[in-house]
Amino acid sequence: MYQTIQIGAHTLAQGTFIRSFGDGRIEIDAGHERLSGRPVTTFRGAISKALAGGYLRGGLLATVAAIGLALGGPAPAVAQESVEILNVSYDPTREFYREYNELFNAWWTAQGNAPVTVQQSHGGAGAQARAVIDGLEATVVTLALSADIDQIAERTGKIPADWQSRLPHNSAPYTSTIVFLVRDGNPKGIEDWDDLVTGDVQVITPNPKTSGGARWNFLAAWGYAQQNGLDPAEFVGELYKNVPVLDTGARGSTTTFTQRGVGDVLLAWENEAFLALASLGEDAFDIVVPSVSILAEPPVTLVDGNITSDAQRAAAEAYLEHLYSPEAQALALKHFYRAWDTSEAAPEDVARFPEVNMVTVEDFGGWPKVQPEYFGEGGVFDQIYQE
Amino acid sequence: MRAGILRSPSPLPGFGLSFGIMMTVLSIVVLLPIAALLGRGLMIGPADLWDMLNSRRIWSALTLSFRAALIASLFNLVFGLMLAWVLVRYRFWGRRFIDAAVDLPFALPTAVAGIALTALYAPNGVFGQALAPLGLQVAYTEVGIWVALVFIGLPFVVRTVQPVIEELEPDLEEVSATLGARRIYTLRRVILPTLTPALLTGFALALARSVGEYGSVIFIAGNIPNLTEIAPLLIVIRLEEYNYDAAAAIGIAMLVISFAMLLAINAIQVWSRRRIGNV
Amino acid sequence: MSDIALTRPVPVTSEPPLARYLLIGFAVVFVTLFLFAPLLTVFAEALRQGWAGALDALRLPDAQAAIRMTLTIAAIAVPINAAFGIAAAWAITKFDFRGKAFLITLIDLPFSVSPVVAGLMLVLLFGANSTLGGWLIANDMPIVFAFPGILLATLFITFPFVAREIIPVMMEQGRAEEEAALTLGASGWRTFFTVTLPNIRWALLYGVLLCNARAMGEFGAVAVVSGKIRGETATMPTMIEMFYNEYLSVAAFTLAAVLAMLALLTLLLKSLLEWRHADLLAATRRH
Repeated sequence: MYQTIQIGAHTLAQGTFIRSFGDGRIEIDAGHERLSGRPVTTFRGAISKALAGGYLRGGLLATVAAIGLALGGPAPAVAQESVEILNVSYDPTREFYREYNELFNAWWTAQGNAPVTVQQSHGGAGAQARAVIDGLEATVVTLALSADIDQIAERTGKIPADWQSRLPHNSAPYTSTIVFLVRDGNPKGIEDWDDLVTGDVQVITPNPKTSGGARWNFLAAWGYAQQNGLDPAEFVGELYKNVPVLDTGARGSTTTFTQRGVGDVLLAWENEAFLALASLGEDAFDIVVPSVSILAEPPVTLVDGNITSDAQRAAAEAYLEHLYSPEAQALALKHFYRAWDTSEAAPEDVARFPEVNMVTVEDFGGWPKVQPEYFGEGGVFDQIYQE
Repeated sequence: MRAGILRSPSPLPGFGLSFGIMMTVLSIVVLLPIAALLGRGLMIGPADLWDMLNSRRIWSALTLSFRAALIASLFNLVFGLMLAWVLVRYRFWGRRFIDAAVDLPFALPTAVAGIALTALYAPNGVFGQALAPLGLQVAYTEVGIWVALVFIGLPFVVRTVQPVIEELEPDLEEVSATLGARRIYTLRRVILPTLTPALLTGFALALARSVGEYGSVIFIAGNIPNLTEIAPLLIVIRLEEYNYDAAAAIGIAMLVISFAMLLAINAIQVWSRRRIGNV
Repeated sequence: MSDIALTRPVPVTSEPPLARYLLIGFAVVFVTLFLFAPLLTVFAEALRQGWAGALDALRLPDAQAAIRMTLTIAAIAVPINAAFGIAAAWAITKFDFRGKAFLITLIDLPFSVSPVVAGLMLVLLFGANSTLGGWLIANDMPIVFAFPGILLATLFITFPFVAREIIPVMMEQGRAEEEAALTLGASGWRTFFTVTLPNIRWALLYGVLLCNARAMGEFGAVAVVSGKIRGETATMPTMIEMFYNEYLSVAAFTLAAVLAMLALLTLLLKSLLEWRHADLLAATRRH
């Protein structure tokens, strides 16, 4: 059985399992030498979290699982067969994962593993989650919000219900927030959310029904209204009255705003806004940071039920774990995501992000509550278009 | 089997084979999926089905799909006829080229057509800029949907009418002219009635094709609920809410509309066959 | 009419010159606005970075995989639909049986069913949530989000095209010729190949070409059942959408231009056939 272990703070090694020490560390044969360290599994995050935050149940689970793994004993080493991973993701992550897949494979093969073929599938977050539910055999899912992964977990049972505690930071290796993209020089003088509900401003945002990003947009606006003593339903209703085009995905909206010249302001993922600036010219658009925004956490997880071999599981787990490595975090920062570990990142990639006063989805009661209440059939969003 | 199904005996062989192949492919490709959809509807039950459909947003979407298809098909009816007439009756430079281009919408992927039309008609596009001073906005309005559907439906009218114009006997027109009728009178009273069945068929085909069109429309429509949201998009939205029942309900409604329109088309064909022999 | 006849003889079966030029002018403008403009947009966008950019886009492995995928799908779907079309036309036109009209309507049905509904039906039938789909996936034979799903969606969308072209022709020809051949001692297959097939070959070819054009360009239905896995289950139209969403508009439009050229090639072939066929057609009609 192939195992990945953690030796130093950031050093990882990989090899065939030899034996386990009683303290949770294991010894592996890395080809040229024997190394020992803590096994890197999807539960590593849970362990560290349990230790740090005292999540007893998660910690117990993790320990039991770690022991289970350790007691599994030396399974016959899987020969260097080719392993495939299918990463089902949402729209704005294409550029990041294209580079990350290369980074991961370089690191993975440097550990003495056979290269992994990572296949990518991108689309609107809702459509992608539905595809997995309907049988698309994703190895890992990296979607826009946890509600979509919850749906997969609930409807297929292929992901344990507590998936979000398997990796650090609620399984979100990178985060983002919602900002405004306005035309160069900000001709309409848009500074904050309340400028979006005046009569002569056209707002571009995708449809929250089909786009994950659009749901973050919606909640950010809602959060602003709440913090400023406005009636949130009325405020958001007014805002959507100024929306002339509801595209089905975040990318569609960005195209409508940037290429088609429609609208005065685009509500966008921060990373999309930066990407638009970078690819379409700094002098065409400006980014405006509103007084209140939302911490958007796009989570990742393993689809346990679709794993076909130990080798695939090891590769897929390492694939997700490695997202938290300083190099991958630097890459995420380079692609305009707010990542956690800035140690390897170029300073300008870190300095770019302004301070934002952010609400979180927990303030709304968490996705299991928000999803049906705001975006389900007949929910708050539907009521906007009801009268 | 042969005796059981056949109404009258035929000396020709191969009934079992051809009927078998036909039914096998038809069952796998068409009947089974349709049965799956209708079966889902049966499981939901008619009352719940109606509840799911009976909302303003769904009616708006269904009527929009139907209205836009109707307008675009009427447009195609008039202009497709003129185009077909020009292509058959006149000889001019580039005729063959235009004739070949009529099938273009048929072959170009609908998504590509949608993207190209949006690029043209967006406020900063070539046509969009030209129309803006006139106060006309096409992209992201219902007009945009019409444009996309005109594009999609055009070949059906032209290709149905064209062969009939080709087959028109010049004798009739000569007789009409000899009897002193003006050209416009001949066109209206002699030619048009002959073309009517083909026109109706072409119109119905274009209509049937446009009602369910998705790929080209979502790019150019604004997709605003109640205003520019078409029924197929609602199905996609319901699917992405994991609401398979509601998606199936709208799907069934659209299937019923399709089936009704096809019955109408076939009725037109039967009627026209009786009237003028064949189309 | 008479005043025009004084200046120049106009055939009584045509319109006055002014009306003719207006109509021709209208046709050219109409076709330019509605058909050529979108096509030109596609080519202009593809060549925005010159030929080199377009050629680079075609070298992308994803683009090549999508082209292979689309050609494979068309290569399988078209013959199946052609075989079906011939079988259906033979059964329907050479025999008289109950429920024929209903059957014809069923064959036509896919034509007017929304591609999205077609995709939905396949998901309901073969998705992991259905009994059949669950069983197939458990036995490692996934249909939707895999090759068979895309094939089925394409088959459904292009289903009526061949049959619709052949049935009217065979109906018009009746059974007399076949019956004569049989009476003279020819076998069933021989009758089919030497009598029926030559009679319907143009309609058959036309149907096959239309079917092919539509099969290569189908987007809506395939988008619902394709897993959009790059290089695996992405057809050209879905790949175009993906490139477009990645701001790779040159790649997207280059692929679209290739598809348009494949379609134009098909149409050219069709026009050529019609042109060569014109004499034959005229000859048969005069009789």
